[in-house]
Amino acid sequence: MDGYSLSDLWSILVMQGFSGLSLFSVLLLMALGLAVIFGQMGVINMAHGEFMTIGAYTIYFCSKIVEKHFPEIMPYYFIIAIIAAFAIAFLIGYLVEFLMIRHLYRRPLDTLLATWGLSLIMQQIFRSLFGAREVSATLPNWLMGSWKATPDIDIPLNGLFVMAVSIVVTAAVIGFLFKSSWGIKVRATTQNRVMAGAVGINTKKIDRLTFATGCGIAGIAGAAFTTIASTGPTSGSLYIVDTFLVVVFGGSASLLGTVASAFSIAQAQSILTFFMTNAMGKVVTLLSIIVILMMRPEGLFSSKVRK
Amino acid sequence: MSGQMFSVKGLESGYGQSQVIHDLNFDVAKKEIVAVMGRNGMGKTTLFKTLMGILPAFGGSISVDGRALEGLDTYRRVQEGIAYVPQGRMIFSHMTVLENIQTGLPSSANGIVPEELYALFPVLFDMRARRGGNLSGGQQQQLAIARALATNPKVLLLDEPTEGIQPSIIKDIAKSLREIRELRDLTIIVSEQVLSFTLDIADRFFVIDKGKFVYENQRANVDDKVISSYLSI
Repeated sequence: MDGYSLSDLWSILVMQGFSGLSLFSVLLLMALGLAVIFGQMGVINMAHGEFMTIGAYTIYFCSKIVEKHFPEIMPYYFIIAIIAAFAIAFLIGYLVEFLMIRHLYRRPLDTLLATWGLSLIMQQIFRSLFGAREVSATLPNWLMGSWKATPDIDIPLNGLFVMAVSIVVTAAVIGFLFKSSWGIKVRATTQNRVMAGAVGINTKKIDRLTFATGCGIAGIAGAAFTTIASTGPTSGSLYIVDTFLVVVFGGSASLLGTVASAFSIAQAQSILTFFMTNAMGKVVTLLSIIVILMMRPEGLFSSKVRK
Repeated sequence: MSGQMFSVKGLESGYGQSQVIHDLNFDVAKKEIVAVMGRNGMGKTTLFKTLMGILPAFGGSISVDGRALEGLDTYRRVQEGIAYVPQGRMIFSHMTVLENIQTGLPSSANGIVPEELYALFPVLFDMRARRGGNLSGGQQQQLAIARALATNPKVLLLDEPTEGIQPSIIKDIAKSLREIRELRDLTIIVSEQVLSFTLDIADRFFVIDKGKFVYENQRANVDDKVISSYLSI
């Protein structure tokens, strides 16, 4: 690290740290949806990345429509588009659960293959409908600037905005799971599906809503994603491995673990890639995770309760 | 027949190719407590799982208060008025005691646990913020009963409630069950291997052997030596 003065290093650390926050936000939202689905139903949803892509394309089309027909609402459209991204991903998730996933609940390996196949099908649909070229949503001007904290430190506003969105969504999900009656039903079904049915919970309905909600959250992740990269048919699949890493590393039983693990993985990658090549950064992150998982096989946060 | 709260006719069930329950028929009156005695592997748990719709029946009919249950999903049977305390209790171990009870509450209750449940099991009130999995076996059994009662059942099914529980708590549970019966006009069907517990609470006895009832008698006429002979190996 020679050639960098101490104050340079500090600025790099802060700026990379903040760009890591954007990655953290996307990973957190992705992992949140995946963790809810995996924790709830034991379904490993390989097509989760494609629901993110759906969200990203939704933002893109919203921005095009608004740009063309309603330029006067351009500054605000992004908020509405996030809701649309959630809604569309939710609806498609609902359909996918109804048509495919529910037939595979007792066959985890088949689900793995089937959702992987689904992800390939969805990628091809994106390619046929929207073209193979990557597209970029037009972002409102207020998202494009950056905040100069000191002469050396530039903090992009979109990163801050995306982080705010992911914090709000995470808080909402945790709030719903732990405070609402729906959340109690979801957690009961997660822990023991048969028993949940035997206390009068309609577990099929809970499964469907939960799967759809997880997909909807992936849609919001897609909205966040459009602020840091351009969207193509395979954008989502690039994130799926990292997302699984976050879920496993965090411990699938704990949403707090998911937050901590998304943060550490995103920051490690973002800061390491500045000093090494992209690939080396990933290798170092992955190796550290493997070592930590060898010491803590249940992930960062495992819950302490008698079985 | 008048006064029949729970009725089973020609019930057949099992796992895949192997039939466990053979042509079972019985009626239980309102407020009656019935004991189904039998050794391990004779079909007690299979019977209860079939009644709840956790296992599909091969044939036969089940009704609660005149309403047919066969073919309904488990959660719909609960809405029709049967509740289930499974063998091994099956507490939601990562959820608090309060949340465990709330899982059983109908949505009209708005998450408010009826006072009488805490009156029956005061220990649950004291422990309401603890994780269910951190309770002792006896406390978990009480929690499982409270959770089942939260669904406002007409018929309560208890599968081996005394298994792995210390004798003093068993006496408490027997007392609570009799209280609940009076309080709610509840019909109770309990499966057991321990005769002392059922002699304490049951009005009528069945012995199940290889999926068939081989003995039936009112409590007053029960010869505990006869039942014991079925229970010993």
